[in-house]
Amino acid sequence: MDIVLQQLVNGLTLGSVYGLIAIGYTMVYGIIGMINFAHGDVYMVSAYITAIAIALLTFFGIESFPIIIIGTLFLTVAVTGAYGWVIERIAYRPLRNSSRLSVLISAIGMSLILQNYVQLSQGANQQGVPTLLSGALRFNVGDGFVQITYMKIFIIVASLIGMGVLTYIIQKTKLGRMCRATQQDRKMASILGINTDRIISIVFVIGATMAALAGVLITLDYGAFDFYVGFIIGIKAFTAAVLGGIGSLPGAMLGGLVLGLSEALFAGLISSDYKDVFSFSLLVLILIIRPSGLLGKPEVEKV
Amino acid sequence: MSLEHILKVENLVMHFGGIKALNDVTFNIKRGSVSALIGPNGAGKTTVFNCLTGFYKATGGDITLSAQNKETSVIKVLGEPFQATDFLSPFAFFRRLKYKMFGGSHLVNRAGLSRTFQNIRLFKEMSVVENLLVAQHMRANRSMLAGVLNTKSYQKSEEEALDRVFYWLGVVDLVDSANRLAGELSYGQQRRLEIARAMCTNPEIICLDEPAAGLNPSETEALTKMIRVLRDEHNTTVLLIEHDMGMVMDISDYIVVLDHGEVIAKGGPEDIRSNPKVIAAYLGAEEGEEVTL
Amino acid sequence: MSATAGINYKKSVIDALVAGFMALIVFGPIVGVVLDGYSFNAEFGKVAWMVAVVVIGRFAISCFFQTEKGIAMAFRHANNDEGVAVRLPDHKSKLLWVVPLVIAIGLLVPFIASKYVLTVIILGLIYVLLGLGLNIVVGLAGLLDLGFVGFYAIGAYGLALGYENLGLGFWSMLPIAALIAAMAGAILGFPVLRMHGDYLAIVTLGFGEIIRLILTNWTSLTHGPNGISAPLPTFFGLEFKRRSRDGETFHEFFNIPYDSAYKYMFIYLVLFAVVWAVLFIKHRLVKMPIGRAWEALREDEIACRSLGLNHVLVKLSAFMIGASTAGLAGVFFATYQGFVNPSSFTFFESALILAIVVLGGMGSTLGVVIAAFCLTVLPELLREFAEYRVLMFGILMVVMMIWKPRGIVRVTRTGFAARKGVVK
Repeated sequence: MDIVLQQLVNGLTLGSVYGLIAIGYTMVYGIIGMINFAHGDVYMVSAYITAIAIALLTFFGIESFPIIIIGTLFLTVAVTGAYGWVIERIAYRPLRNSSRLSVLISAIGMSLILQNYVQLSQGANQQGVPTLLSGALRFNVGDGFVQITYMKIFIIVASLIGMGVLTYIIQKTKLGRMCRATQQDRKMASILGINTDRIISIVFVIGATMAALAGVLITLDYGAFDFYVGFIIGIKAFTAAVLGGIGSLPGAMLGGLVLGLSEALFAGLISSDYKDVFSFSLLVLILIIRPSGLLGKPEVEKV
Repeated sequence: MSLEHILKVENLVMHFGGIKALNDVTFNIKRGSVSALIGPNGAGKTTVFNCLTGFYKATGGDITLSAQNKETSVIKVLGEPFQATDFLSPFAFFRRLKYKMFGGSHLVNRAGLSRTFQNIRLFKEMSVVENLLVAQHMRANRSMLAGVLNTKSYQKSEEEALDRVFYWLGVVDLVDSANRLAGELSYGQQRRLEIARAMCTNPEIICLDEPAAGLNPSETEALTKMIRVLRDEHNTTVLLIEHDMGMVMDISDYIVVLDHGEVIAKGGPEDIRSNPKVIAAYLGAEEGEEVTL
Repeated sequence: MSATAGINYKKSVIDALVAGFMALIVFGPIVGVVLDGYSFNAEFGKVAWMVAVVVIGRFAISCFFQTEKGIAMAFRHANNDEGVAVRLPDHKSKLLWVVPLVIAIGLLVPFIASKYVLTVIILGLIYVLLGLGLNIVVGLAGLLDLGFVGFYAIGAYGLALGYENLGLGFWSMLPIAALIAAMAGAILGFPVLRMHGDYLAIVTLGFGEIIRLILTNWTSLTHGPNGISAPLPTFFGLEFKRRSRDGETFHEFFNIPYDSAYKYMFIYLVLFAVVWAVLFIKHRLVKMPIGRAWEALREDEIACRSLGLNHVLVKLSAFMIGASTAGLAGVFFATYQGFVNPSSFTFFESALILAIVVLGGMGSTLGVVIAAFCLTVLPELLREFAEYRVLMFGILMVVMMIWKPRGIVRVTRTGFAARKGVVK
């Protein structure tokens, strides 16, 4: 019983982070109809930038936790956002009118470039960040106990705020309206005077900033990372996006939570060696049973 | 198996989400006729076509194709959801499972119905001949071993396929362009190639989606002749969607008029020409006003 | 758009500065601040270099695309006119005499080349096989398979496990591994191939990773990361070992001194024959109905369905044939190494094979063969650049997709002589 509760807590934090990364996949898919394979690596870059920001801030003698965390968030989100913009500019924009296959291959190329570039500049070894926030709440459950670290609470709260802000931007602001218009009909939107190229860039930047938020949170919690972390988490976040219904923003968040919870339960109760296998199998299963996901609309083929 | 009617559409209903695209559409197409489906823009003509050819799974109703000496239910071959009764009869279960796994619009074509598309869909980076060879896939010798070893029977089957290709290229007047890429052809040539490609599947009924769109008057005239050739020399039933009223009235034996997803009139060209409902739908005029098509 | 307007240098300078600013933000932290435990080493000199390269490069590109030549090039690119060409009906390739020459040289190689060179060439041929397999899937059928390495692993582990558990040798496992890989392809492909192409890419990516995870974690069967040994091929029952426990060895039978190069010679010759067989089969396939159907599906799936082609089964056939080729390559890889472990089957391997196909050209056989040798043999020769290999693949993929998505070698299509048509 305590294991189940503990795994639920772990799954909730994991799931909210998956949700954040899934947003990047789902928004890009919604707007240009393709999978941004480099997105997982954007997350990986943000993990490095988190560590670099913390190292820089401590180097300048800043020790108060709130300032470090805010400074790190700000730096990471800004720099990772720039990565999102650059990736779109280099690997996607020149291919706007090419075949889907070309764009996919270009995206894979970008993913390889990012991984190897980080490996070459930062070394192949695992890196880490110091623990900034320690301590936990403990609840006794039966014979055992459930532990919720403050960091996990911070992750859930920060993710919720991130998703809330994003939902507000997409639903209530002019920018969000332009994004939704471009998503629905790019040609029409551009006829109405929306600079769709810029909107697509912005969507990539938004996706990257959400991945950056996830990167900061996970890196602070786990402490360790290397240049390869983006790969697995990228596929999982994509699974989350498909699970929720690709193209749907609330779907991505919901999908992230469902995937995080089910994966944590699988890892806790059955086997942690095969938890990645479980997630991939889940992806295939969803694609067979319900390709439109939990909240997605079924795709009507244009004949 | 109906000898008189090759295609029977009964109470066809199609919903997209909350939108009712088709509502209770019923009509029959006579074997060997040229029939037209007309109506104002957005009336649901292409949706009917997509249901007939199996690209959309209709929400309700029946479509029965009587060709190749058997009756085919277009909706069934697309694969339907399992019903409770299926679990009692293994036979019904397996049949439904079979269509669920291997069913789809290709079975409609194999049952004897082929089509063209409103926005031309050719294999643009393949040559004109190859476009027509692909269409004969189901008739070709597809044995992997025979092909790799280039056996006699394989060669014979390929030769016959090429014979048919050049026959149809002759019909649509494209022999000179045989070795060009399909994407390089002019618009009118592409339209004709698409019809030839549809005919290469050896259909009993061919559905043409706006075949005259974008053609100049002389091309339209040539097309009209070609459609007659299809009917008279190849016993092919033709069903077309068209906006060119002159052409429709000229070649059709039977016309079905759609408006707002419903059939508002059907009959011969003369009946349709004078039908006040049709005139009203087309011109938005009050019923009873004097307007001629 | 006349070039007489000259070059707008102001615009170029602004372009260059914007690019430089973005480069500074992007490269600054990752390149300039190298993590060292919880502290860091500053490497601002490197950043300055990289930013300078970006600024100058962007300026040069911006200027170039304002010159007459640049405008012409951009125009050509936008119109995509360097595409496919249809050959004349009576076309005879002028390069046909090369085929016997290549076969003759290929047969001589093992007797001239040193053992090291021979091993490099064997590796090159294995990648030719992989490239040909993936070329059918990606180049002809237009399906992006990112888990190709999974089928390669199935072949390699098939040989090793078949030998260890069932006592099957190289010759029996060669066809069996190809079959198993094809079956795995069918099981994976059938549910996914009816969907949008992008899903296939990510599902196969996951599949490649699942295979690797299973190989790593199922230690009771695969011995996990420690790997497992694979048998050598036998020459009509004769083994290529120094000493054999049962039966004669190759050098004893022919009464020649033992040389470890013999086994590589033999593997090479068998592999050489298999590569030619696959080349021949592929050459035939593209002219057969199934090959035409693959390409038609790549062009327009909906049109294919309207012509009675079952798109799922046609795609599945391409997927299975590709997978079985990878299975064959895996068997050769295992026997050549004499040992397999999961670290040979990472995503980078899939990326390398994809890079071969991309560089060689979608659907072009000759291009793939050349690219496979370039991408596997060159890094062997330029060892000092080995760590830049993956970076180069990545850049190669992006640049090729923007510049020449069809690959270096121009794709040609068979022409047909006009004849009198008959219809029965």
